Order: sequence, then C-alpha cells, then structure tokens
Amino acid sequence: MATKAAGRPNQLFRNLNAKIASIPMIFTALVVFVGGTTWTIVYSFTNSKLLPRLRFVGLDQYERLWSTPKWLVSIENLLIYGILSLVFSVIIGFILAALLDQKIRFENTFRTIILYPFALSFIVTGLVWQWMLNPDFGVQQVVRNLGWESFTFNPLYDQRIVIYGILIAGLWQGTGLVMCLMLAGLRGIDEDIWKAARIDGIPMWKTYLFIVIPMMRPVFITTLVIIASGIVRLYDLVVAQTSGGPGIASEVPAKYVYDSMFLAQNLGQGFAASTMMLLTVAIVVVPWAYLEFGGRAKRG
Amino acid sequence: MAEAVLARQPKAGSRAEARGARPRPMLSRRNIVVYGTLFVVSVYYLLPLYVMVVTSLKGMPEIRMGNVFSPPLEITFEPWVKAWATACTGLNCDGLSRGFWNSVRITVPSVIISIAIASVNGYALANWRFKGANIFFTILIVGAFIPYQVMIYPIVIILREMGVYGTLTGLVIVHSIFGMPILTLLFRNYFASVPEELFKAARVDGAGFWAIYFKIMMPMSLPIFVVAIILQVTGIWNDFLFGVVYTKPDTYPMTVQLNNIVNSVQGVKEYNVNMAATILTGLVPLVVYFVSGKLFVRGIAAGAVKG
Amino acid sequence: MFSVSVKNLDLSFGDVQVLHELNLDVAQGEFLVLLGSSGCGKSTLLNCIAGLLDISDGQIFINGRNVTWDEPKDRGIGMVFQSYALYPQMNVRGNLSFGLKNARVPKEEIDRRVARAAEILQIEALLDRKPLQLSGGQRQRVAIGRALVRDVEVFLFDEPLSNLDAKLRADLRIEIKRLHQRLKNTMIYVTHDQIEAMTLADRIAIMRGGAILQLADPHTIYARPVNKYVADFIGSPSINFLQGDISTRSRPAFTADGIMVPLERYQFTGNGINEGPVSFGIRPEHIVVGEQAASLPFHMEVEAEVVEPMGSDTLVWTRLAGQDFRFRVDGQLPLKEGQRELIGFDPSRASIFDGETELRL
Repeated sequence: MATKAAGRPNQLFRNLNAKIASIPMIFTALVVFVGGTTWTIVYSFTNSKLLPRLRFVGLDQYERLWSTPKWLVSIENLLIYGILSLVFSVIIGFILAALLDQKIRFENTFRTIILYPFALSFIVTGLVWQWMLNPDFGVQQVVRNLGWESFTFNPLYDQRIVIYGILIAGLWQGTGLVMCLMLAGLRGIDEDIWKAARIDGIPMWKTYLFIVIPMMRPVFITTLVIIASGIVRLYDLVVAQTSGGPGIASEVPAKYVYDSMFLAQNLGQGFAASTMMLLTVAIVVVPWAYLEFGGRAKRG
Repeated sequence: MAEAVLARQPKAGSRAEARGARPRPMLSRRNIVVYGTLFVVSVYYLLPLYVMVVTSLKGMPEIRMGNVFSPPLEITFEPWVKAWATACTGLNCDGLSRGFWNSVRITVPSVIISIAIASVNGYALANWRFKGANIFFTILIVGAFIPYQVMIYPIVIILREMGVYGTLTGLVIVHSIFGMPILTLLFRNYFASVPEELFKAARVDGAGFWAIYFKIMMPMSLPIFVVAIILQVTGIWNDFLFGVVYTKPDTYPMTVQLNNIVNSVQGVKEYNVNMAATILTGLVPLVVYFVSGKLFVRGIAAGAVKG
Repeated sequence: MFSVSVKNLDLSFGDVQVLHELNLDVAQGEFLVLLGSSGCGKSTLLNCIAGLLDISDGQIFINGRNVTWDEPKDRGIGMVFQSYALYPQMNVRGNLSFGLKNARVPKEEIDRRVARAAEILQIEALLDRKPLQLSGGQRQRVAIGRALVRDVEVFLFDEPLSNLDAKLRADLRIEIKRLHQRLKNTMIYVTHDQIEAMTLADRIAIMRGGAILQLADPHTIYARPVNKYVADFIGSPSINFLQGDISTRSRPAFTADGIMVPLERYQFTGNGINEGPVSFGIRPEHIVVGEQAASLPFHMEVEAEVVEPMGSDTLVWTRLAGQDFRFRVDGQLPLKEGQRELIGFDPSRASIFDGETELRL
C-alpha cells in the first residue's frame, strides 16, 4: 500500500487557482451570510441601543416587539400585501402569459409594455403611483370631473385601505416578471401535448386548467418562492409612496427594522425584528428547498 | 457561432414559435377578446409613464387646474432643468445631477467587479470542482434568500472596520457581495452547459485555469456577460436600501436623492419637478431595458427560473 | 518497454468504485480499442490515462515515464473527442495551434506542424474557416489534426465517430486506419461500436463494470470469447444461446430438450469437462443450410418461423430444442416462412459457457 499513489501532490494545492478564485465567495458565504446572520441573531437577545452591546436580556426584545403596535401593523400589512400580491400576480401573470402564447402578432410589443415597470426602481414606481393616486389631481379627481361627484378613491390618505394603494403599485411593477416566468414555462411544454388535447377535443381552457398548469408545477413553485422572498423585503415602495403613513397605517417589517436601527437608535429592536423576518423567510423557503433539492440529491 | 452560443441558453426562447391554435381570421371573436384584453392591459401599464411625462411638461398653474391625464396645453422644459440642476435636498441645491453622477460612480465599478468575481467563481465551480466548493456555493444560494435587513448592521461594522463606511467604495463592496449569489449561479449554470469536452481539450492543449477562462470560456460567453451586465446595471441603479444605509448625503445615489426631493416636507410641492426627477431617475434602466429587449427577458428568466 | 502502462488503477467517486484494480499494457505502435456498452468505464479509463481525472490509486506510465500525477499537457498524449470539442471562436488554424502556443513553440515550427497536419488530413483549404462553417466530418478531421500537431507518441480517441452518420463513420474509420498505418503511433480508441472495434483494432479490451473482461486480438474475441457477456456483446446478429446440459456418459455431448450435440471436436479450456448446466453458444453465421449440413456432426430439420431479408443475406428465426434460434443464409436463397430446412453446424465453432459462472468451458 505504501508505494501506491506515491507522488500524489498535496491536496491543498491541487486546483489552487480555482480555490483562489473562490475566495470572495467563501468570504461572502461564511463571513457575511453565516457570520452576519449569526451576529444579528445573537445581538437580538441583547439590550443594544445606540451601539451593539453584549448584555443579554433574554427574549425581552421580542416581547417588546410583539407588543409594539407599529410592528403588529407591519405584520398585518405584510400578510395582506403578501397574500394578495401572490394571488393576483400569479393569476394575472398567468393569464397574460397565456394570452401572449396564442400565436399573436405584436407579441414582443405587448411583452415589452407589460414588463417595462419591472425595470424601474421601486422608488420611481412608488412616486408615480403616489402622484396617480393623489386625491386632488389624480384618479379620484379625474373621475369626479367626469360627473361622478361623490366618487371616492383615496387609498394613500385612508388608513384602512392604504395598503391596497401600495398593492396596486406593487402589482403594476411585478406582474410583468411573473408573466415572463409563466411564458417561459408555457413555452417549455411539449407542443405535442397541445396536439393531443386538440385531437381529444378538450377545450382550451380545460387543457390549461387540467393539463398545462399541473405540468407547470415547478415553474409555479419557483415563481411563488421568488415573489414571496421579494415580498418580505418590501421597503422602498412603501418609503416612496407613503413613508409608512398615514400615521403608521402602511408600515412594513423591513421599514420597522431600518427605523429601529438607524432612526430610533434602538438596535436590539431592529435585530429582533430582522430575526423575525428571517424566520418568516425560513418558513417559506426551507420546505421548498427541501422538496426541490433535498429530494433531488437523494435521487441523484 | 453566435447561434450556437445562443442556442445553449437555458429556458427562455427554447422554442422559437408561439403555440396555440392555428392562425384564424383576424376578426374572429376569439381574436377580439385576446387583442382587446391585451390592448386594455397595455393602456393600464403605459398610463403611469404617460402621466409622468405630461406632468413633467406642464407648468404648476396648469397642474392645479387640470387633471393628471390631460396633455399639456403649453409645453415647458423648466421642470426638467430644475429637477436636474437646482432642486434641493436638504442643504444641497444642485439638483439630481449630483445623485446621477454618484449613481454612475457606484454602478460602473460595482457592475464590473461583481461580474468579474462571479464569472470567475462560476467558472471555477462549473469546471474545476474542488472539495468543499459546493458547500460554500449552497450557503451562498441559501444566503440569497436571507432578508438583507438581517445582514445590514454587521456589514456596517465590517465597512467601518475597513474604513470605507459611508463612502462609494463601501457601497461598491456591498453591491458586489449581494450580487454574487445570483450572478455566480447564472455563470455557473452557463459554464456547466458548455460541453465538458471543450474544457478537456483545452487542458490537453496545455491551457491552465486562467488561459481557459480568458481564451476559451470568456469569448464563448459574451451573451451571458451581456445578460449579467443588464441585470446588474438595472439592479444596482435601482437600489435604494443599500444606498440609504451605506452612504452619506454627499454620496447618495440617485434613487435616495430622488426620494428626498419628492418626499421632503418643506416648501411647496412642485409636482412637475417631481415627475421630471422621477423620469430622470428611471431613464437609465428604461434605456437599458428597451435597448436590450430580449436579453433582459432572458436574464430574468435565466436568473429567476433557475434561482 | 510499453507505450502505455496502467498498473492497479483504482478510481472511486465517493463510495462508488468506477474502476477497480485495472491493469493494461499497450505496446509501441499498437492500436488498442476499449470496447463496452455505456457506463462500463471505458471513457473513464481513457480520461485517467489522459490525466483529466485524478485516480484514487495505482500508477500510469507513458513511454516508461511515471505520469500518474502529471498534467495532461505533460503526458505526451493527444486526444480526440466525440463532440469534436473545437474552440468555436477560433478558426481551424487557431484550433490547431492553440496547444502549441500554450507550449510556447516557435512560430515557424507551429506553421510547419500545422501545414503538415493539414496536408495529412487534407484540410488545407479549411484553415481559415470557423468550426461552425465545417461539416461534421471536417470538424472531426480538425479535431484529429489538433492531436496530430502535438507530435506525440500516444493518441487517445474518445468515441470520435459516434456523432457522425453511418456513411461518414465508415469513411473516417478507414482514414483513421490509414493514419495509423502511416504514423505508427500508439492509439487507444474508445468506442461502443463493435464494427469499429473489429475493423480498427490490433487488440480489443472488452470492458464491463469498471474491469477488463477480455483483452485479445479481434479474431480471438470473436471466436473464443472468455465469457457469455463477451460472446453476446460481439457479433451481429448476436450469438444464439441454447440452455442445456453437458453429459459425459459415453462421450462428451451437449443435450437439451430433444437434441444432442456431440462435442468431440470442441476444444475445452484447460480444466477438463464437468457435467452440469451450460449455455451453448453458436453464431448465426456459422450455421450451414441445405445438403452440406448433412455431413456435419450436428444437423437437424427445422421450420423457418420468421424470415428477415437484409439484402446481402437473410436472417431466419426458428426454434431449436424449444428455444429461439437464428441463422443466417445467403440473401439469394429462396426461403419462405413455414418452410422446413435442414441446418447443421460444426461444434468446434461453438462456445460453451458454464451455467453458473458464465465462463468459457
């Protein structure tokens, strides 16, 4: 055995260049992602205020968090916004994709129009819709000028429905992406499926509903995960459109974190709130990652 | 050559032709429904852009009189000039131009550095697998789902220790870090789809790690580099969160400055200036979008479907 | 001194052992074919010899030098790939000279070698074209040229003709054979195509499950396969197997459901004859039909069940001893389904395998 594999070079220096090239990735993965996340979680159990301090106070920050109205409103808003934006963007995105997949003319033009908001910053989107929904000059006033004097549509200044005003802007920006993903999924389906369905005399809507959509399951799941992880990050749009107002009616968790850390000088609260955000994402992503990759690894 | 490389593109455009029923007479009921719906949807999507443009071309008196949809009676470019050159944020009254140049100085190096790092890294992962590489890569991809808020503050500390907190350099580092997961994935998947025999042939021909990257892989991969550039330019230009966290008022990127101009509580609201500023900020990604067309779609499809 | 020598080679990926205790010696100027179905480890072995895979254990020598841990470029090999693997952004000249430039060969020397390779392969006219402007056959010629310019002792071919259509494959096969006759280098050639293997090889190594089952010249492989797998793998249409027993009662014979084949003329391998269950293999082309069959040690009248005319000859399906049985007859012979015909064979041309170990008896 001793002579076998003699002269094998030191394993550390094998592929040395590849290892050097991976240093930024290793740094990012270990120091920023793992290290940063761990750091934040650890410090969420301290009473850090202006500066991070390692004085542990157990779950105090979390108790305070869950008894703060602003946070509760944030969570409620995120739930409403999240669920509605998932449902609507998937439904609208799929219908638009199906329409574009009908061998139509000007497909590129329509797609370009529907997708362009996605290229814009959330700040731009938020400001445009702030202006569109302006009660004195925007949609509400236009309809009133048309003769419907009592028409009221003033989401940005109405605490009860402000989150729907943000939803309108969010959908305007994000549906194009969903449409593109769905369109890619539709194009990935074997043409012969359609031929078979036609020969069997299955109406088109039934083909979509019972054959095509089930076949597109992976695309739907991926889309849902992408939208969901984007929703949790919802921040810029709110800042631009309403700054969290009126009052605290349109606060969201990401904004709560920023405000605690950089405005209220209450780091501990910010860490606790961001850890809660992480938890939320984990609840969405971990089962998906397990199904998607855990199963595949075993099969492979 | 170009077709071969393009054909290797995953997912998007895998089938050239659209599907559905065979062509029918243009004015069938079905066509009216399809085109009618798409037309109405298009109007809805275009409306905000239209409103932005017309508002920015009106004078304030006209805005107070009319509604947001009416075209300008008298076109004025004054709001544009003001938005670019003299609008105030805090004490600075040199308009959005400052933010624009900041954004340029942030975006250009961030795009170059993040793509350079991610492409070499993706290449190493695809072709020079070494022990443990996949563990780090998995962490990187999982990390892409972690809300940025969780890592914001530790990065503040890291940047402060490095002495670059609040500078453009710091922000460039941050963009390079957070661009890494999606770009590495993009490049890794692309390089993995390059036939392995090509890589083997190059090794037999005596090319090493860097020679294969620069002489074989990179020249073959121009489309994916373009996709990455599009992805990064729009992403970094549009960023707000990192800009507001990691820079100071002097170095604010355009989005942050725009938000400060529009949402400042002092003074009279000048909606036309606000809209001109908004268009100006959106202009760069819009130009990228309209010029790149299908590559943009491919970028988000490749990045998103696979990610 | 052997040109290429593989000693006790082991290769595992994690827990999966891909190659096990493999030994192989290739003589100077020999054309060796590694033959096997996909997944048998033949390409893997070639990649190990090329240095494209790190082996787990063992040693590899090329021209007497231990190259086990050398980079591919330092091993004195040239390699030709199935997908041609031409660099798409370089023209043919660029493809041919890329390796030489990496090795910092002087410009005049590069030009000389490229010109010579182009002349040998008759691709002079293509030197300024890009790979995408070439046909499949031309691309593979360029790929061979890339190995040629390296001026090396050992050529490695990894299924080089598999991507070509049947006619081109036959043409290029001849060219590779001519090339070998002209250059006289050592060539190791991986394929799953037995025709390629039989026509090109000085020796064939049949691989399965990461091991070499038989290493011999084509005729031996064909006529005296070491086990049932090799017998079945080589030959088209494939060999007939009849399940039955060996009996040695009065004289050695193969018996199965109503037939008895005398085995006096069969050459048993060393260990003598044992009674017991066996597979009796006889190739369809070794069956004699008609009157000549009557004079053979074994003959019998059978009914043609299915007749498959293939032009030059015809394959006839019948049943013998209650088992499927095929034989090949001249394409001119008028034979109809249902017709009865006398067939026979010489048992010395058969191959008999142990029913359990499947090794040749």
